[in-house]
Amino acid sequence: MVEMWMGQIVAQEYGADGDAEAGYGHVRKPGLDISHGVALYLDGISVSFDGFRALNQLTLAIDVGELRCIIGPNGAGKTTMMDVITGKTRPDSGQAWFGQTIDLLKLREAEVVAAGIGRKFQKPTVFEDLSVQDNLELALKTDKRARRTLFFRLSGEQRRRVEEVLELIHLHDQAARRAGDLSHGQKQWLEIGMLLMLNPKLLLLDEPVAGMTDAETERTAGLFTSLAGKHTLVVVEHDMEFVRRIAHKVTVLHEGSVLAEGSLEQVQANERVVEVYLGR
Amino acid sequence: MAVAPSSSNASSAHGARAQLQPPTAFLPPWGWATLLLFLLLICVAAPVLALAVPHGSNLHLSQYWVALAGKILCYAMVALAMDMVWGYAGILSLGHGLFFALGGYAMGMYLNRAMTAASGNLPDFMQFMQWTHFPWYWQGTEHFAYALFLALAVPGLLAFVFGFFAFRSRIKGVYFSIITQALTYAAMLLFFRNETGFGGNNGLTDFKVLLGFPVGTMAMSVALFVASGVALAGMFLFARWLVRSKFGRVLTAIRDAESRVMFCGYDPLWFKLGVWTASAVMCGLAGALYAPQVGIINPSEMSPANSIEIAIWTAIGGRGTLIGPIVGAVLVNASKSWLTVAMPEAWLYLLGGLFIVVTLFAPYGIVGLWRQWRLRHG
Amino acid sequence: MRRPGLVLRTLLGLTLLAVVHAAYALTPQEALAIAGGDTDSRIAALRQAVQHPDPQLATFLHKLLNDEVQIDGGMVQVQQGNDWINLATGQAVTPSANAEGVVNNNYVRKQLESARAALDLFSPSRAARLKAVRQMQDDPASVDRGLVEQALKIERDPEIRKRLQLLHAAVLLTSPDAAERLAAAKELAASNYPAVRTLLLSRLDHSDGQHTEIDPTVRAQIEKSLAAIDERLAWSERLGTLFSGISLGSILLLAALGLAVTYGLMGVINMAQGEFIMLGAYATYVMQGLFQRYLPAEVHYSLLAAVPFSFLVAGGVGMLVERTIIRRLYGRPLETLLATWGISLVLIQAVRSLFGPQNVQVDNPPWMSGGLHVMANLILPYNRMVIIAFTALVLLAMGLLIARTRLGLFVRAVTQNRAMASCVGVRTARVDMLAFGLGTGIAGLAGCALTQIGNVSPEMGTGYIVDCFMVVVLGGVGQLTGTVAAALGLGVVNTLLEGVAGAVLAKIAVLIAIILFIQKRPQGMFALKGRSVET
Repeated sequence: MVEMWMGQIVAQEYGADGDAEAGYGHVRKPGLDISHGVALYLDGISVSFDGFRALNQLTLAIDVGELRCIIGPNGAGKTTMMDVITGKTRPDSGQAWFGQTIDLLKLREAEVVAAGIGRKFQKPTVFEDLSVQDNLELALKTDKRARRTLFFRLSGEQRRRVEEVLELIHLHDQAARRAGDLSHGQKQWLEIGMLLMLNPKLLLLDEPVAGMTDAETERTAGLFTSLAGKHTLVVVEHDMEFVRRIAHKVTVLHEGSVLAEGSLEQVQANERVVEVYLGR
Repeated sequence: MAVAPSSSNASSAHGARAQLQPPTAFLPPWGWATLLLFLLLICVAAPVLALAVPHGSNLHLSQYWVALAGKILCYAMVALAMDMVWGYAGILSLGHGLFFALGGYAMGMYLNRAMTAASGNLPDFMQFMQWTHFPWYWQGTEHFAYALFLALAVPGLLAFVFGFFAFRSRIKGVYFSIITQALTYAAMLLFFRNETGFGGNNGLTDFKVLLGFPVGTMAMSVALFVASGVALAGMFLFARWLVRSKFGRVLTAIRDAESRVMFCGYDPLWFKLGVWTASAVMCGLAGALYAPQVGIINPSEMSPANSIEIAIWTAIGGRGTLIGPIVGAVLVNASKSWLTVAMPEAWLYLLGGLFIVVTLFAPYGIVGLWRQWRLRHG
Repeated sequence: MRRPGLVLRTLLGLTLLAVVHAAYALTPQEALAIAGGDTDSRIAALRQAVQHPDPQLATFLHKLLNDEVQIDGGMVQVQQGNDWINLATGQAVTPSANAEGVVNNNYVRKQLESARAALDLFSPSRAARLKAVRQMQDDPASVDRGLVEQALKIERDPEIRKRLQLLHAAVLLTSPDAAERLAAAKELAASNYPAVRTLLLSRLDHSDGQHTEIDPTVRAQIEKSLAAIDERLAWSERLGTLFSGISLGSILLLAALGLAVTYGLMGVINMAQGEFIMLGAYATYVMQGLFQRYLPAEVHYSLLAAVPFSFLVAGGVGMLVERTIIRRLYGRPLETLLATWGISLVLIQAVRSLFGPQNVQVDNPPWMSGGLHVMANLILPYNRMVIIAFTALVLLAMGLLIARTRLGLFVRAVTQNRAMASCVGVRTARVDMLAFGLGTGIAGLAGCALTQIGNVSPEMGTGYIVDCFMVVVLGGVGQLTGTVAAALGLGVVNTLLEGVAGAVLAKIAVLIAIILFIQKRPQGMFALKGRSVET
C-alpha cells in the first residue's frame, strides 16, 4: 500500500492545482487535492530530542472523511506527531503531505491552518480574557492578515455563523461571558467551536473529552461522528469508552511508530498491543 | 460551508437561539465627558491662568508649573505607548526610553540648527570638537518638518527592524525584555561618545528658537503644553480605537495564548510588529515634544533605569486599561518632582517600594483596585 | 640579617668597592661642584663623582633631590631634621643670611635621579639593585659604561647579571670599536626591552643621508636582532591581550555565576543581582574597617576574612528577599523582573544612607599588589591573577555543589518538576530559599573580588546587570558550561575589539552581536533541544 501512495505523490506535480482558496491567507499555494482519497500522509517521520527518539520512522495515512483514533501509552509520540503535522516541530527526516500536493514540512503554523488543518490542544487553550463570542469571532474563517483586522466588522452572514456554532457547542447563553470563567468542559467545547469556525478539512484533536462530564462526553461523541464524512478527524484519546463509541479505525502508537492498526476489537486482540499498552 | 448536521439537533434540544452581544460604546458617556474636561483644562483653562491672569494673583499659573505639567504629559504619552505593547500584547519593553530619546534628539537637532541659524555659531560641543560644519547626518534637520519626520520615523524604523528579527525568532517574555534593555544600553553608550556627534555626555541643549519664536518664554511654554495635551488626547483615542478593533483583540489573544492564535491562522509576527512599531512612533513624538520643554536631551534618557521606570508608571496605573498608565505616569512623576526636592533620600525607597508593592498586591494597578472596589460595593 | 649568604656577599661587595676606590670618597669640593655652578659643570662633576660610587654620595644625591641642600659662602650645608649641617665638618651650623638653597632644573633633576639609580647598582639589597638595573634598561642611552662594568665585576645574582650584560651590550652599541658593536648587536637579540629596540632602531637611522652605524656588517646584525626582538615582543603582546581577555572574562563570569543559579536554574529574573554584588563589596569594606579597629596588625588579611563574610551577607539578604517577595511571584517572570528592580533601588538607597553616596576605599593587600614580569612589555598583575584563580575556585565549588550534594540534587529536581519533587518529599520552599541564597551569595563573592580592581560605590552594581544577563542568555539558560564559555569568550572578544575600535565601540559591537546571535539561536550557544511544550 505504502509504495502505491508513494508513486502517486511523486507523480503529482507540485502546484499544478492552482489556487482554490484565493483571498484566504496571504501565501499562495496549491489548493488541497484529495482526489485520491488520502487526506493526510506521513512517511518515515523521525524526530529526536537529545538522543530520545520521539518519533521513529512513523508512517501513517488517513483517508478523506475518516474518523481515526490514535491511542498509545505516554511518550508514544502522539503529541509530537501533531506538532510535526502543524509545523511546530520540524522532523529530522521523513515527509508529511496534506492531500496530494501540500508539503506540510514547508509551512509555518499559520499557513498550515490556512491550508485547512485545525488543531485542539491537550490542555484547553482559549483566549481567557476575551468573551466567548470574541473567541469564536477570532477563529472565524476570514482574511487573517494583520492590516485587514484593523477595520474588520462582522458581516450578517458571519454573525449568523458565530451564532450557529454558539448553539452547536451549547454556549448560546454564555456569549458575553469571559472565556476564562467557563468550566473545564465548556472550555473544551469552546475550543472545538473555534475549530469549527475555522472550518478545516482536517481536525486534529488531542484528548478532546478530558475533564468532561459523562453527558458532555456523550454529546461530543455525537458531534464527532456527525462531523466525520464531511471533515477528516484524527482524535488522540485515552478514554477507551469514548474511543469505542466513535472509532471506525484505531491506530496504536508505541515508541514513535505504528504498532497496530484496525478496528478497536482487532487492535485489542493484538498480543503485542496487549503487552505494551494495555499492560496485561 | 454548512454547519455540521448535528447543529439543528443541538439547538432544538435547548430551544434557545444564540444572541450576539452588540459591541460596547467606543467610550462611555462619562468617558467622553472626562476627555472633554481634560481638553478644556489643557486648551482653555491653563492658557488663561498662565497668560491672562496677572503675576501677583493667586490664580496665576507660573511658567515652572506649566513646564513641569508639559513634561509630565510627555511621560504620560510614553506610558500609554507602553501600555499598548505590555498591557495588551504582553510584550514588556525595557527599552522604550530609547525611542523617546531618539524623538527628543531629532527635535534637538532641529533646535540646535535653529540656534546656529540665528547666532551663526555651531553648537558648543561641535566647537569643542573643532568641527567646522555639521556632520552629514545632520543634513536637512534645519527644516522643522523633516526633523519632526525623523522624530517619528527613526524610532519607528528602529523598532520595526529590531522587532521584525526578534518576533520572527519568537523571542518573547523575559528574553525580549532583557534584549530591549541591552539595546537601549548599547545606544546609550553610543550616544555618550563625543565622536557620535550628538554632544556626548551633555547631549543637545542651548535651544533658543523654535519655528522662529524664542524658546523659554511663557507663551512658548504654554504652546508646547497645549500641544502635548492635545497629542496625548489624540494618542489616547488612537490607542482606544486600536485595542477595540479586531487587531486589538488578536493582540490580547496573543498575550494569553500565542500558539492558539497561530492555530487560528494568524501570524502573530505582524500583529506584534504593528503594535510595537506604533508604540515606538508614539514615544518618538512624546520625545520630540519633551526636548524643547525641558531644554535638553541627553543620553541618560536612554539608561536602562529610565526605561524600566516607564514600566512602573504603567503598572501602578493599571496595565491593559489605557487610562491607568496615564494616571500612573502623572502620579509617579508628580511625586517624584515633589519628593526629590523635599526628601531626596526617600525617593528611591518610595519608587523601589512601589515596584514591589504593586507587583505583589496590585498587579492591575490603581484602575484594577478601583474596579475591584466597585464590584464589591455595587 | 636574614640570610648569611646575602650578608657575606654584601660584605664582599662593599669591601671590593672600598679596596678599588679607597682613595675616593665624596670630598667637599666635589659636593660643591655638584651643587653649585652652571648646569653643564654640575653635570660634569656629577658624572665624575659617579665613577667612584660611595654611600655618602648616595645620601648627598638624595638630599639634593629632596631640596635639602644649600650653599653658604662656598660651604655646602645639608639639612637634617631642623638643623643644617656643614658637609665638610659634619658639625651643625647656623646658616648666614647669604645662604642660598640649591635649585635643580628638570634636566639636572633627571641626571641626579639616574645617578642615584646607578649608585643603587651597588646597594646591598637585591631588590634595589634589580630596580636600578631595570630603570637603566629603560633608558640605556644615558648609562655610563664604566659603572656597568664595575657592577658586572661584583654582581653574583644571575638575573641581575643577565640584565647587566644586556645593558652593557646596549651601551657598547655606541662603542667606537666596530667589533665590540657587532658583538653587542648580537647579544641584544636576546633582549625583550622596548628601549633596546628603540636604541637598535636609532642605530639604523640614516635620515641625514649618513648611516649612524657606518659598518654594514654591524647594520645587518642589528637588523637581524631587531627582527628577533620584534617577534618576541609581538608574542608577548598577544599573550597580554589574551590575559586581559581572560581576566575580563573571569570578572564577567564571577558576576554572572550567581545569575546562572537564580535565573539559569531557578528561572527567577533577579534584576537586583548587581546590587548583591554591591552588598558583597560593602561587606568587604566593613570587614576591612573591623580589622582596622580590632586587629590592626592583621589588616592585610581582612580580605581573606571578607570572602566568607561577603557570601553570608549577600546570601542572607538574598534569602530574606526570597522569603518575603520572590516567593509570591514564582511563575510570573515579568512581575519578578519589576519587583527585583524595586529591590535593587531600595538596596542602593539603603547603602547610600548607611555609608554615604561617595566611593569607599578598599585597599589592595600588599600580597596582591605588583605583578609578575613575564617580559618587559608583559606584566601580569597579581590582583588579576588572584581573581582568575578565585573565579575558578568558586566555579569548581559551585559545580560540585550542584552536581554532588543533596542541595544540588534538590535544586535540579525542583527546577525540573516542582510538583513531583514536592510529592517525593523535597521541601521545595526551603530549596528555593537556599538556592536563591546561593545565587546571591555568589554575587556577594563577586563583589568581594571586584573591590580589588574597581570602585566601591552604591551604584557599582548597576553597570553589571546588562553584562551578566548577556552572559547567561548567550551561554544558554541553565547551562553552566555555556555560562563559562560565554563569559570567557565575551571577555576575550571584547578585549580584542577594544584594541581595534576603543572600549565603548567594542562594547556596543559586542552587545549588538549578542542581540543578533540570539535572533539566530534563541536558546543560547549550548541549548538542549527538548520536547516542545504547548502554548
